[in-house]
Amino acid sequence: MNKKTKELLPANASEQNPVLDVVNRRFFLRSAGLAAATGAFVMQSCIKDHDLGPGNNAAVNLGTGDIGILNYAYALEQLEAAFYTQVIATPYSGITDKERRFLTDIRDHEIIHREFFKVALGAAAIKGLSPNFTGINFNSRASVLGAAKTFEDTGVAAYNGAGILLQDAGYLLLAGKIVSVEARHASIIRDLLMPNSISFAGDDIIDGNGLGLLKRPSEILPAVAPFIYDTIDASGLPKP
Amino acid sequence: MNIFKIIDEIQEVDGEAVERLQHATRRSFMTKFSRSMAAAAVPTAMAGIFNKAYAFTPGAIEVLKFALTLEYLEDEFYKMGNGAAGLIPAKYKDVFSQIGKHETQHVNFLKGALGAAAPAKPTFDFSAGGAFPNPFGVFDTFAFLSHAFEDTGVRAYKGQAGNLMAKEDEPLLDYALQIHSVEARHAAKSRDILSEIRGIDRIKPWITLNEGSPAAVYAGDENTVQGGVNITGIAGKSLDAVTEAFDEPLTKDAVLAIAMLFIK
Repeated sequence: MNKKTKELLPANASEQNPVLDVVNRRFFLRSAGLAAATGAFVMQSCIKDHDLGPGNNAAVNLGTGDIGILNYAYALEQLEAAFYTQVIATPYSGITDKERRFLTDIRDHEIIHREFFKVALGAAAIKGLSPNFTGINFNSRASVLGAAKTFEDTGVAAYNGAGILLQDAGYLLLAGKIVSVEARHASIIRDLLMPNSISFAGDDIIDGNGLGLLKRPSEILPAVAPFIYDTIDASGLPKP
Repeated sequence: MNIFKIIDEIQEVDGEAVERLQHATRRSFMTKFSRSMAAAAVPTAMAGIFNKAYAFTPGAIEVLKFALTLEYLEDEFYKMGNGAAGLIPAKYKDVFSQIGKHETQHVNFLKGALGAAAPAKPTFDFSAGGAFPNPFGVFDTFAFLSHAFEDTGVRAYKGQAGNLMAKEDEPLLDYALQIHSVEARHAAKSRDILSEIRGIDRIKPWITLNEGSPAAVYAGDENTVQGGVNITGIAGKSLDAVTEAFDEPLTKDAVLAIAMLFIK
């Protein structure tokens, strides 16, 4: 296993050296004239060559109790931070100034969230995860914003669903402070996709009582699994 | 009010309502109930049954009453705005209609949960005694008040989550978080519209430092200490970003002080 290559992965990379590995591969593919459709397939092979495929990592155990829930949140923030870092590093073609400003802000918020959890969890923090963005075409506005919408909506539902699982009021407040920011992200991403429509707070994610989506870890983790190479062990998390 | 007729009506929405009332946990009943698209009509009808079947803590009941007061305010505000001919530009009509729809749904939902304990709707003055003249005649004023109400709502719900942590209140914590996230979506889009009509990029979908007006709505949002950790400079990020990344709560008193400006 090439440990050195793993350490260059986006998940826990610093601002200064964000996604060098992935970015270099993508620029190569673009300049080589490969179509987006084949990009994912080629990416998959490249990544496997570097031993980053599934099954090569021991399961990452989130832990139990409130720590487990914080690690759960940390995992999701890692994913989002890595995604937006890539988005800003290789912006989709035709990105407008306003979109770039918003997406840069969102990137910064997710990085702040991620780093905050890392500090707050200390020795109890899970490791840096290896994201799998091979299904996303970072050159396509539709693909990028579509993925962003999925990540943000999922994040909101996840934080909403984690509320009752927390024992400590301080942690609940922290989760509350973050979830509303994720919901702001979700709202504006959806509005970029369908401007001035009802999508910012759409009927697809808000029910007849005006309640937004809420999902427990058991629903969220399978949904995000395709975006993470690591296997997540959530068996110790509090149950609803 | 004929209790048996009400139960029959509920049976039409939730075929196992009778069994659920007798045996099931609150969550399974209310989860099924909240998935019903006809729910808007049912909550008020089942008020008494809620109180009888579900013993939420007194503290939680107070949270619901507080929430309902704010939802009454927003609901009335958007009903009046959406009904004011010539106020909302065509391009924004769908947005405010959707927001208004949710506020009405929130009112109905909370009234249903409170039953007989639901407070009556106050009488509102959205000009706040003339501080914001003609809120339903000038779109800028309407949009300005919209963003302020939504941001206040987000901070208000956030400030109450800690009061819903008892085991028996678990369904209410779920609901509070769900409503809170919807208000945050409203706030983001409302702010975006305000930013657009005023041509001010600095007004973002998220709150930067404690910037914004009225000042009371944004006071404290410049906080940089999270979970005991001062996150100024974390990951080399700007103070703007650090304060945007976390929304701050408001106490009930602080929220009521804002709301009272608009209550006659």
